[in-house]
Amino acid sequence: MTPTLTAREEILARIRAALPSDRGHEAADISRTYTRAGNLNREACLNLLLDRLADYESEILHVAEESGLPAAIAQALDNAHEQRVLVDAAFPADWLPQGFDIIVDNELSIQAMNGIPAVITTCEAAAASTGTIFLVHHGAQGRRAITLLPDHHICLLHRAQVYELIPQALAAISAHRAESITTISGPSATSDIEMTRIRGVHGPRRLTVILYGGI
Amino acid sequence: MSIRVGKTSKAPDFPVAAKTALQNVQLRQNVHHAADVIRNKRALRVSETPDWQELRNAAHDIKAHTLAHLDHYLVDFERNCQNAGGTVHWARDADEANAIAIGLIQQYGGDEVIKVKTMTSDEIQMNPALQAAGITPHETDLADMIVQLGEDEPSHIVVPALHKNRFEIRDIFCKKMALSNLTAEPEALANAARQYLRDRFLHVKIGISGANFAIAETGSVCVVESEGNGRMCVTLPEVLITLIGIEKIIPSFQDLEVFLQLLPRSATGERMNPYNSLWAGVHAGDGPKAFHVILLDNGRTKLMHSEMERETLDCIRCGACLNACPVYRETGGHAYGSIYSGPIGAILSPQLNSLEYSRSLPYASSLCGACYEVCPVKINIPEILIHLRGRVVHDDQKTLSGTLSQMNLAMKGAALVFGSRRRYEAAQRLGRMGQMLFQHNGQLEHLPGMAGGWTRFRDLRPLPKQSFRDWWKAREAAKPATESETR
Amino acid sequence: MQIALFVACYNDTLFPQTGIAVTSVLERLGHTVTFPMQQTCCGQMHYNTGFHREAVPIVRRFVQTFADAEVVCVPSSSCVAMMREHYEMIAQAENDPAFLADVRALLPRIFELSELLVDRLGIEDVGASFPYSVAYHPSCHSVRVLHLGDKPTRLLRAVQGIHLIDIPNKEQCCGFGGTFAVKNADVSGAMLAEKQASILSTGAEVVTAVDNSCLMHIYGGLHRAGSTIRTLHLAEILASQESAQ
Repeated sequence: MTPTLTAREEILARIRAALPSDRGHEAADISRTYTRAGNLNREACLNLLLDRLADYESEILHVAEESGLPAAIAQALDNAHEQRVLVDAAFPADWLPQGFDIIVDNELSIQAMNGIPAVITTCEAAAASTGTIFLVHHGAQGRRAITLLPDHHICLLHRAQVYELIPQALAAISAHRAESITTISGPSATSDIEMTRIRGVHGPRRLTVILYGGI
Repeated sequence: MSIRVGKTSKAPDFPVAAKTALQNVQLRQNVHHAADVIRNKRALRVSETPDWQELRNAAHDIKAHTLAHLDHYLVDFERNCQNAGGTVHWARDADEANAIAIGLIQQYGGDEVIKVKTMTSDEIQMNPALQAAGITPHETDLADMIVQLGEDEPSHIVVPALHKNRFEIRDIFCKKMALSNLTAEPEALANAARQYLRDRFLHVKIGISGANFAIAETGSVCVVESEGNGRMCVTLPEVLITLIGIEKIIPSFQDLEVFLQLLPRSATGERMNPYNSLWAGVHAGDGPKAFHVILLDNGRTKLMHSEMERETLDCIRCGACLNACPVYRETGGHAYGSIYSGPIGAILSPQLNSLEYSRSLPYASSLCGACYEVCPVKINIPEILIHLRGRVVHDDQKTLSGTLSQMNLAMKGAALVFGSRRRYEAAQRLGRMGQMLFQHNGQLEHLPGMAGGWTRFRDLRPLPKQSFRDWWKAREAAKPATESETR
Repeated sequence: MQIALFVACYNDTLFPQTGIAVTSVLERLGHTVTFPMQQTCCGQMHYNTGFHREAVPIVRRFVQTFADAEVVCVPSSSCVAMMREHYEMIAQAENDPAFLADVRALLPRIFELSELLVDRLGIEDVGASFPYSVAYHPSCHSVRVLHLGDKPTRLLRAVQGIHLIDIPNKEQCCGFGGTFAVKNADVSGAMLAEKQASILSTGAEVVTAVDNSCLMHIYGGLHRAGSTIRTLHLAEILASQESAQ
């Protein structure tokens, strides 16, 4: 009597029985004729990103260099009337403005994070064509929960991190492809009620992008 | 084996269900509106994307390749996911998948779960199974929540509550959330949902999700969403269980560059949806401490042997075919009697479950081809519909009732007629004679049997006295005499 | 040129005036039209309804009947779609290399009417006149399988006196779909209602298309609703030499 197969064995057996037996584990030889390289210059690329971010109703602030970051962060918090802000322990202290209640994420509980109105992080890359920010959750980008629970996400984006196309941005972060990654394209939204697009059901309803450096 | 595709085995035939759906004027208006909005947005986004056809071609090729080597990629995914700290389970059918999920939830001592939208869990009827085991599932997608609270069924792949308008939604929320002052403004409704669910997100220890893509190369999983509830469910709980149909595998991280450009534009007409979450196994200090994947067959392997049928599995659940379909437009999703509705539902449901349960679905189409035109992975849905019709007819002809059906007899008769010039011309004459029974006021009325379906809605002019070939013969006979007036 | 006419079974029986119009136009352009009497049907109705085995002899008959034709003209885009999409597949499934070779040799010689005029004969102005307002309905097969593009409208625009009007949402299916029209009569009727409303909104006096199947369905609904809009196949407009008063 043959032993009964496990689900794994049975499913794989069914697949193998359906496919030709003379297959190797060949890599995909896909003809990739879609666009993989951008053709905008740096300035046009940045303008495209700004256009997309504005389309998502994100707040956009510009600073020339790192030294301008504290003031820009302060402005973002003031604009939203926020006093308390969450950061990862790896976030550079000299970028933080004075006069605010900075809370460092030292294994905070979910409930604790939920009570903090704003969070500041850096990011890994951005794709201009879709206005997408890529967070790889290490260092000052923080663990996933910190950009999820507060209602206002302030994201610092260096101009050199901006790519024109999705394929370029993904290639730029692909060294981290086995880590946790979140892509953010505007604040949360839904169109589930009569197809009217409404802001923010759960994720942060306010997104501020501060562009710095690379000028 | 208990393959289950929602409640397909109990669904009425499409023509019957459609007739009921057609009478629901509110539903039709809602569907028209929703389909028009997304269709137009999609068209705009596609017109902005000069390499759209190239992306479609690549997506089609990636899917075809993956399915042709599915065993290899599943094994790769399993190994990489487990190396990253995840546990991979395999489920042959709906019951097995539900049993695994329940077993895990009980193992971790939970009696409630938060769920992010996954059609796969509707396919296997997970919620009733959880409830029967004393576990409460909380849907967290706004539309799925509307459907759940309204004790209803989803009617669209991407916007499951599109059959409800704001007033109907307000009424459901007031009743189930015990709210009294709620207006029907969309913002107010969304805010009510936010408050109601926040508490759940903060406290429930076990989350259940599906996956849009499972990447073999890294063992990672990708969830594509708009509202943020997905991020909540895959990040905050201590335990995450992810249900993945085996066809969701893609080979590499790079392949995301194709699908992430196609899916949001096709599904909601956006350049990019607000959030995509990617994770592999367990990440220390970030997210769930335990991660379990349930790889689901539930009939998918039945489609593997035929390249044409296998193409059905390319589907990335964008819903674009529903929005383009002129049939879906009139009936909405419920008429298809399956969680998978519209054009993709018409081919996927009968193949996953059994043609026996959904034999009318392959005919729920005028074969107009609009679905194929918009499908981001280029599934030739009309071709597969015709293929399935062939299977239905083949099965029917093995039964007595099928052999004696009006359709079969008419088709056999017509084939005989088309097989000989003599019979063909005789049939034309016969038609001209026989129609006199039905002629009235210059039109044909109340035709018998199946043909009555025509005259119920449409007038029909009688067969002309002279067929084209009659005219031709007369003209040839009259040559080389004078030109005759032929009209 | 010798042009063999495959008039299509439903045109032969229900719309002889279309075949007559095609003959008239092609002869007016100086060509000889032949009509092989052995022709019956292209097999689409059977094939699309799932009667694949029954369709095979019908397809064989068509291929045999037109084997020696220099050029075949078909005033029905759905028939040409059937041939281009399925004939090779059917011949391959029959495991009959001679049949397959015949299909492959014949396919390039088959033209839908507007393809024949614009692509093969290089003509847009066929010397027609038709002083009416006309709405053109692009049938699904003509758009999505044959990719006719603007060939029919280019031919129509060259017609003297014509006033061509666009139908809103013109590419949305009219709901005929072959046996779909009776198997799913209710849905077919609902789809027709939308198409009717779009057509009526144009105020056109005439609706035309390259398929009488759509036109029969559209006429059926419009006439039932009491409209006096005429439905004419493209060929009938191109054959017209009616001048304005």
